[in-house]
Amino acid sequence: MGFLDIDNTTKSYGAVEVLHKIDISVEEGEFLVLVGPSGCGKSTLLNMIAGLEEITSGEIRIKDATMNGVHASKRNIAMVFQSYALYPNMTVGKNITFGLEMHGVPKPERDNAMNDVAKLLQIEQLLDRKPGALSGGQRQRVAMGRALVRNPDVFLFDEPLSNLDAKLRVDMRTEIKKLHQKLGTTIVYVTHDQIEAMTLSTRIAVMNGGYVQQLGTPQEIYDTPANIFVATFMGSPAMNVLPAKVAIENGKPTAQVALHDGSLTSLPFSQDNMADWAGKDILLGIRPETITDEDAADRKSTNIAHMTNRIIVTEPAGSDTFVTMEMGGKDVIARMRSDAEVQAGADFSFAVNMEKAVAFDPETETRIVP
Amino acid sequence: MSVATQDTAIRTGRVVRTLIYLVLLLFALFYMLPLYVMVVNSVKPLDEITGGGMMNLPQVWTFEPWLKAWSSAQIGVEPTGLSPYFWNSIKMVVPAVAISTVLGALNGYVLTKWRFKYDTILFGLMLFACFIPFQIVLIPMARMLGLMGMAGSTSGLVLVHVVYGIGFTTLYFRNYYAVFPTELVRAAQIDGAGFFQIFWRILLPSSGPIAVVSIIWQFTNIWNDFLFGASFAGADSQPMTVALNNLVQASHGVKEYNVHFAGAILAALPTLLVYIVAGRYFVRGLMAGSVKG
Repeated sequence: MGFLDIDNTTKSYGAVEVLHKIDISVEEGEFLVLVGPSGCGKSTLLNMIAGLEEITSGEIRIKDATMNGVHASKRNIAMVFQSYALYPNMTVGKNITFGLEMHGVPKPERDNAMNDVAKLLQIEQLLDRKPGALSGGQRQRVAMGRALVRNPDVFLFDEPLSNLDAKLRVDMRTEIKKLHQKLGTTIVYVTHDQIEAMTLSTRIAVMNGGYVQQLGTPQEIYDTPANIFVATFMGSPAMNVLPAKVAIENGKPTAQVALHDGSLTSLPFSQDNMADWAGKDILLGIRPETITDEDAADRKSTNIAHMTNRIIVTEPAGSDTFVTMEMGGKDVIARMRSDAEVQAGADFSFAVNMEKAVAFDPETETRIVP
Repeated sequence: MSVATQDTAIRTGRVVRTLIYLVLLLFALFYMLPLYVMVVNSVKPLDEITGGGMMNLPQVWTFEPWLKAWSSAQIGVEPTGLSPYFWNSIKMVVPAVAISTVLGALNGYVLTKWRFKYDTILFGLMLFACFIPFQIVLIPMARMLGLMGMAGSTSGLVLVHVVYGIGFTTLYFRNYYAVFPTELVRAAQIDGAGFFQIFWRILLPSSGPIAVVSIIWQFTNIWNDFLFGASFAGADSQPMTVALNNLVQASHGVKEYNVHFAGAILAALPTLLVYIVAGRYFVRGLMAGSVKG
């Protein structure tokens, strides 16, 4: 039994099922991020936890009490909306205390709570202003203040940073993380931004098409993706997925991958059970940062493969240089040091850290578990 | 080079602009002519009008016609002037406007924020009310008022105008609330606000512009209505419009045109006043939602 349990929960609109048997258990103090592309059902799931959408079947429990049919205001949750949803006709102070007022908290207590939250979020000087007179970042803080003042069991965030500009978004991300570490509250956070998901969460649920594709810590999701969807959705640039054939060389399983000129290169697997796939086609997943120049290869890795391939495009990004080449008939991106001497059209000697490579079954698109 | 072309552009613009303003001024004067005739003739003695000087400024200024129209002119059989009927109109218009506007706002709130099955069909049906001609409902309405015991009373007239106005007010408020962010309603729900609390505390305070539109529209229509007033009002609940008709159509005695003019202006004044006070909100409200921002 977790702190927040989503138990076999489905959601249908008429005959259309949009969420299929979701099973997630969140411990107290956890930061769970629901991440996925638009229309994957993540916001619907959040609204079901909030009580804004009905649960079609299954059960949602907070602190072991069922929330099915319990009104949103009685679940002891607070929500921060994408548009902040500040009441335009009320001052910041009123916005923050409106929920307390609706719950019949007397005025002196409300003011105390408001002042505490305002101090915590450093918005004391804004309390008498109307939301229209605030900047995006300030509105974001007020929205969080409105959620914090209720002292809820669970915080729900619905893409709270997507309306901010890039720099402010990074600042607020850090701010939210700090707040979580300081207060130790349970948070469910919806985003489509995989970087937000990776940086903020203690656990991630990657969703697609109404299914939870994978539930795990950021590291698990990144290193051992359950399937090709998770592998390519998490990480930027996305993981390279290319067709390969498994062969046995010197008693070890290797992936045979075609290079730009059609010649084959052998990339030895670290996983011994890949021998079972000898002679079969697989999809090989290689993260861009595991393909480097020889000098930058990971010294701790026990399995560095080498290959020479032609560079098609180089994209210097300042901190890194991204290099595009062709492998297995697909464009493959490698992330190089910015001072690696790469040149478009030239052949280059690459080092591939095969310890980090993953293999997928081309039929089911799921990862072949070592 | 570019400076020179800009100069010519301004010079030709000036000529054209003068022409445009001249034409506009002419049209404006022409448009104002009836008002001029009414005002001028309402402040001159009757013999100046019957003498054929309709367009002239008065030689003798007098406010006698205004006073007479207000307090002593013969309306029907009683020499009461228009004043009791003016109050009749007020007693009818104020509740009718208030009730229809509040109901329209509630309808708009429910139709956009508490969606239910077939709500668009219901809204479509309510829109029909905007297109029903007055004449069609006269006889059924008379029967209904009779059955409800409200025939010939001010409250009956209020009911008729409320029923007739709900279609319009619902249309206004529904379209206004359709672009009102639903997240605000959801946030208020989580904060623990109920159905009416959300309405009073969140939606209504943001509804200023559209409320003004609704009030102006309803006020003008109800104040200016003649048909319902003539059909359903009793002797002591007749509105201003009906009284004005009785004043002007009086078949006995001399036709006191100056008093008629003054009475007509008196009957039109409240709607004019409403436009002047709230007119700029009217346009703002009509535009609301059509442009983002």
